[in-house]
Amino acid sequence: MTDFTLWDIVRNLLLAGRWTVVLSLIAFAGGACVGLMLTLLRMGGLWPIRWLVRLYVDLFQGTPLLMQLFLAYFGAAVLGFDISAWTAASVALTLFTSAFLCDIWRGCVEAVPSGQWQAARVLGLNYLQSMRHVILPQALRLAVPPTVGFSVQVIKGTALASVIGFVELTKAGTMLNNAAFAPFTIFALVALGYFILCYPLSRYARYLERKLYGAGSR
Amino acid sequence: MALVAVNDLHKSFGDLEVLKGIDLEIEAGEVVSVIGRSGSGKSTFLRCLNQLEHHDWGTIHLADQRLDGGAMSPGELSQNVGMVFQSFNLFPHKTVIENVMLAPVVVKQTPRAEARQIAEQMLDKVGMLEKIDAYPAQLSGGQQQRVAIARALAMQPKVLLCDEVTSALDPELVGEVLHVLESLAAEGMTLILVTHEMKFARDVSHRVVFMHHGHIHEAGDPQTLFTQPKTPELSQFIASIL
Repeated sequence: MTDFTLWDIVRNLLLAGRWTVVLSLIAFAGGACVGLMLTLLRMGGLWPIRWLVRLYVDLFQGTPLLMQLFLAYFGAAVLGFDISAWTAASVALTLFTSAFLCDIWRGCVEAVPSGQWQAARVLGLNYLQSMRHVILPQALRLAVPPTVGFSVQVIKGTALASVIGFVELTKAGTMLNNAAFAPFTIFALVALGYFILCYPLSRYARYLERKLYGAGSR
Repeated sequence: MALVAVNDLHKSFGDLEVLKGIDLEIEAGEVVSVIGRSGSGKSTFLRCLNQLEHHDWGTIHLADQRLDGGAMSPGELSQNVGMVFQSFNLFPHKTVIENVMLAPVVVKQTPRAEARQIAEQMLDKVGMLEKIDAYPAQLSGGQQQRVAIARALAMQPKVLLCDEVTSALDPELVGEVLHVLESLAAEGMTLILVTHEMKFARDVSHRVVFMHHGHIHEAGDPQTLFTQPKTPELSQFIASIL
């Protein structure tokens, strides 16, 4: 067995950690785009569309992310698509993220008091003008803290991509452990890696929340 | 020719018939107070006048033009009928001047400079010119309501509807809002107010309409109406609030 110094372990984890960050960013950016579209469809579309969006959200919220990853990776293979672990993980995490963000954002739009719609309507603004000038700016403010908070779930969610062979922080930890067999040190370092990524985000979300509700906007 | 002509207005919410045939004509420059118990349909009536509620039957004309049934777009409606709410409903993310300028700029497509001029004029009228850059949260209830009045006036409507505009205010702030309405009335603005301020209804309005169970039960000039009510329902109502 090769001798691994602590630095060797840390260095390898850091290198793999890059992919955790990249996958998180892809999932979050992709999820935000799809999620925004879904939110608008769910708020304004025809009832069959609204119903479909709700089904989509319920499906992704009601099944484990692990199964979604399996289905994206192995399911695609069964259907004859040869996709890489990269693609599968990106797609599954994007869809997962979009479902949750859609639900969070819908809640934020609905949290804007109905008096705001009425005031806009009485002043002659149509649906899109009301959304753009009155409702969305307020919903956006409400949405920032829970959205930042949810990004933590996305980062931790990427750990599951290790099971389909995607080499990120967790997978690198497992591989290093197979070689070095120092589970406590290695997995403690892996955990620390996630904590370093997530903790500033949760703190930031909490800060935003305080700023939002502490300002006494109402 | 009446400015507002309401004909046989009916409105139900499910099985509950809230308006059971309202007929009312209002002249330009008239100030009409609508009084009555809660549930008598007075707020619903007001909300039908600017189509926040769609009535089931009857017609509403404004200056001989059909107003209801989709005859006017929201944009046209807002330039005919303004409304002030009990809960102000100012846009909290916009400053006072932005609140007042929004509809003229977005709906009427008034150039910003001109819209600002109009907004300043209206804010001056309600005595809020010095708070132009404040956010609603920084204002008292009375100040917010005065801004809301300026915002409605900025669309230069022919009629201003006021839905219990002083009900959410602390007692010491009621006066400043009523004072603004009084000066609007003096300028000849047509006002239709749903109100619990009987003193105001008596002193400022030209006509008082008493609603009861979805009908106009009694109407007339305030002096006669308050001192010599014809129906037992109105005398009971007056007795209950005095």
